[in-house]
Amino acid sequence: MYTTELKDKSQKQAATPLSAEDPERLAAFEARVAADDFIEPKDWMPDAYRKTLVRQISQHAHSEIVGMLPEGNWITRAPSLRRKAVLLAKVQDEGGHGLYLYAAAETLGTSRDEMVEALHSGRAKYSTIFNYPTLTWADIGAIGWLVDGAAIMNQVPLQRTSYGPYARAMVRICKEESFHQRQGYEIMTTLAKGSAEQKRMAQDALDRWWWPSLMMFGPPDDNSPNSAQSMRWRIKRESNDEIRQRFVDATVPQAEAIGLSIPDADLKWNEARDAYDFGAIDWEEFYAVVRGEGPVAKERMAARVSAREDGRWVREAALAHAEKRAVRLAAE
Amino acid sequence: MASLFDHAIRLGDDALILGQRLSEWAGHAPMLEIDLALSNIGLDLIGQATHFLKLAGEEEGKGRDADALAFRRDVLDFRNCLLVEQPNGDFAQTIARQFLFSNWQELLMTEIAAAPAPALSAIGAKAVKEVAYHARYASEWVVRLGDGTEESRARMVAGLDSMWRFVDELFDPADGAASLRPAWDARIADTLHAASLDVPKPRRAVTGGRRGHHSEHLGHLLTEMQFLQRAYPGVTW
Ligand SMILES: [Fe+2]
Ligand SMILES: [Fe+2]
Repeated sequence: MYTTELKDKSQKQAATPLSAEDPERLAAFEARVAADDFIEPKDWMPDAYRKTLVRQISQHAHSEIVGMLPEGNWITRAPSLRRKAVLLAKVQDEGGHGLYLYAAAETLGTSRDEMVEALHSGRAKYSTIFNYPTLTWADIGAIGWLVDGAAIMNQVPLQRTSYGPYARAMVRICKEESFHQRQGYEIMTTLAKGSAEQKRMAQDALDRWWWPSLMMFGPPDDNSPNSAQSMRWRIKRESNDEIRQRFVDATVPQAEAIGLSIPDADLKWNEARDAYDFGAIDWEEFYAVVRGEGPVAKERMAARVSAREDGRWVREAALAHAEKRAVRLAAE
Repeated sequence: MASLFDHAIRLGDDALILGQRLSEWAGHAPMLEIDLALSNIGLDLIGQATHFLKLAGEEEGKGRDADALAFRRDVLDFRNCLLVEQPNGDFAQTIARQFLFSNWQELLMTEIAAAPAPALSAIGAKAVKEVAYHARYASEWVVRLGDGTEESRARMVAGLDSMWRFVDELFDPADGAASLRPAWDARIADTLHAASLDVPKPRRAVTGGRRGHHSEHLGHLLTEMQFLQRAYPGVTW
């Protein structure tokens, strides 16, 4: 999920210019990618490809990990034993996704520690969606339905992304995301059919999560730097606006089916396009959240930093013990 | 002699309360791998709680299901041991609690799996495998922390020290678990030896959980766990 390009054109970073690469190798590489071959860790690759991938995969991994927090906020308050078990299992899955993705990114020569360090110092980004608070139980339904739903739309094409370890991680992850989406929609369905108070919770959650969910697909195509390059290298396989449209078209009928209304006065079916037209997204809000100004951005980062700081002694102990054991075994 | 209901509710409450405690770690553990492992253990325990409480409800015959028992009883009716309701503290305290409890629970589930009550033994048989993993996981961490750095060793000692007063309750003769003590003592001593830690000195036991007389912590845990069921009674979730 969460592989959106989080910079706009003006912030585009200068990677090694492609012209500096060996033209023969570059041509061979591009031919392989164009033929839908997978690139593997030991294969030669342009420096810019490697950098783009590390940025994208680590950003994706960070999103999985930070994404554990908004939902983790409700595990201890889940309203039944079944809901508690499902939510705990889901949050655990997201941790597992983070783990596979860090491992995939490590094959490109950057350690998990370095990536986490980049996140905690604010150099690396994660999906904007996790900077919004979970206020009621219905938010757990909305996240599963909309956020995991959006993640699936983003990630299915990435199962065919050109970098082998990333594509394989995506295959495992996509299987679990569809269970996440279903459990979320099931929570929303139950609430929407429930008491007036439950229905209010459900509608309020949809009202708050709808627009941030549409922002998850990233900036509009005409302001999406690196997109063309990423498409050519098959790091990205469809444009932001294409995937966003597909999400809207799939989700609107789901909301109607359970009697909830999408908070968009401009939403209407367009016969000619065979798709929904929808209102303007507040990109100013999106870029503010990207800059770290989301409502609970500070809390999310503080939680991750303190988990890491408070756990330092544990990691040091595990290392010290492993070293002592190795010495003892060698002496035997 | 404890009834089947008494047995099932005790086993269910132990699993539920510890599962609830472990789920507090989700997203906050010292390493991603530990986060996943603690969630695994928590999930096993919540699963066990669901089975035991369902059985207790059926035995009771008053129409209470597992959720009614979990979310609509107050402190005086909870029958878990005091050990499982203790706060997570630092990772060493969490591990000390798990180490003492899971080693006991493994012995107990092994016994229950072989017991005559078929409903109970079926749950016990499934739980044995899960709990054996919990005990192994916690024991490995006791060794790592005890034999790690000076700091980890001090924290492990403090964790064991704070949990040790709740051990005797596990072997209260009124619950029929007294016979498990020698085997448990041997397991604990083995692991502590491997961790080059001393077995904590005996101390005055704190008990009461099995009679509904808990620590102050349980009320807060229930407040959080039961919030939605209490605030919106009688609806489906
Ligand atoms: Fe995920
Ligand atoms: Fe997910």
